[in-house]
Amino acid sequence: MEHKIIFAGFGGQGVISMGTLMAYAAMAENKNVTFYPAYGIAMRGGTANCSVIISDDPVASPVIAFPNILVVMNEPSLDCFTDRLQEGGTLLANSSLIRKKAARKDIRSFYIPVNDIAEELGDSRMANMAMVGSLLKIMNTVTLSTVFQTMKKTFSPKLLKVIDINQEAMKKGFHAVQL
Amino acid sequence: MGEKQLMKGNEAIAEAAIRAGMTCYFGYPITPQNEIPAYMAKHLTIRGGTFIQAESEIAAINMVYGAACTGARAMTSSSSPGISLKQEGISYLVGARLPAVIVNIARGGPGLGNIAPSQADYFQAVKGGGHGDYHMVVYTPETVQEAADLTMKAFDVADEYRNPVLILGDAILGQMMEPLVFKEPSGKKFDKSSWTLGNRKGRKSHLINSLSLTEGVVEQWNWELKKKFDLMAERELMVEEYMVEDADVIFVAYGTTARICRSVVHQTRKQGMKTGLIRPITVWPFPTETIAGHAEKTKHFFVVEMSLGQMIEDVRLAILGNAKIHFHGRPGGGIPAEADILKQLKAILQS
Repeated sequence: MEHKIIFAGFGGQGVISMGTLMAYAAMAENKNVTFYPAYGIAMRGGTANCSVIISDDPVASPVIAFPNILVVMNEPSLDCFTDRLQEGGTLLANSSLIRKKAARKDIRSFYIPVNDIAEELGDSRMANMAMVGSLLKIMNTVTLSTVFQTMKKTFSPKLLKVIDINQEAMKKGFHAVQL
Repeated sequence: MGEKQLMKGNEAIAEAAIRAGMTCYFGYPITPQNEIPAYMAKHLTIRGGTFIQAESEIAAINMVYGAACTGARAMTSSSSPGISLKQEGISYLVGARLPAVIVNIARGGPGLGNIAPSQADYFQAVKGGGHGDYHMVVYTPETVQEAADLTMKAFDVADEYRNPVLILGDAILGQMMEPLVFKEPSGKKFDKSSWTLGNRKGRKSHLINSLSLTEGVVEQWNWELKKKFDLMAERELMVEEYMVEDADVIFVAYGTTARICRSVVHQTRKQGMKTGLIRPITVWPFPTETIAGHAEKTKHFFVVEMSLGQMIEDVRLAILGNAKIHFHGRPGGGIPAEADILKQLKAILQS
């Protein structure tokens, strides 16, 4: 098993948090993992992306040229990264903000309205967590409960009070996907 | 065994240094190594050490010189342009026979360049950099785990030879997060009482400098340094040989590019192509003999670097015309793509 995942979106959408959380959770399940962010120029409203490789074997190259899973939170990211997705790869797109569909027919695509899911919970900032939920269901490599435990360990103390709503968003994202 | 943690390479280096007994860190901010001084600022002081954000890189390396004079384990870190500024200080550390650890999380150059990963500081790291006849052990970790392990080792090696040691990484190593387990530091003790400065009550005075205008003295120092460099070359070499035994083509790469080549080896082996990898873990001393040994039976060596080709010169000197050398490089922050390496590899195998 080896997943090469690229997460991309606007700065402020929690793209790096998604990648970090997946990396922590994969480590908790004793997978080999490498997380690599696009760094240095991060700002709210700019573009942000990161790569996460989760593997049973030690990770060789930490650089992902062609991901097998692409998670895009906004339309510019869909335009930018879809060409790089491996043939037969999986696309997860935030359909709340992405109105179009990917042009490629050789990939598996899931359109999840994660901003709407988050709004239903009363906090649009939970969109990224809803997306992580969807990703977990599709990947079927890391369990929801591992991620929940990971959140307890890795969230800073001031964020612990919002852990419930984060987990709620994740569950909704998980169930929003039909395989 | 300690607990498995997920850390950035930069943070792992910083934590490993503290665990190795480093008590003095001096630095000046520059991307992509900022997490090192940030970590030190947060953790070193509360654990009893001294952290100073110096007014410049030059000030920082000279603070390292000062701290090392007192026998403290001292370290500085920077990225390419900042490491250039430290070269005078590094030469002085060697001249004054002072141990220290210097970390270069390299970025694209020349000039101010960019903040992307690069291996274009190879020449600077292994061929001098500063003035005078000198060498230092240069470690090139490829994973976060190895970055931590080699940082701990670097302090022992620096103390053992009373010489600076360089850790040469790149922006990917610094920025990526991977799980690691901190090993126990060696616990080796080094008696520095015969040369350190400080409270001289009850002993003769010590002088640490790198200047003598008396005829022949500096030459004599150099001959003594040479003995030390020879010993370092003999004892401190580290190299990994990966699937090289039956290889038709052997990649030679270090750090991040070694990992990229390792991916290519995995892919090509599945397709029945016999490829292998020689990964220098120290680029000084360089695994000349290892490469020379394989050049007797392997016809093609494929050097991959994030530069226009620097280590390739050392590979050429090892092979001495006994095999063909090929090169793939990306300068200025470019990262070699597996697909491009693979394409070139297939052309080599068909030739």
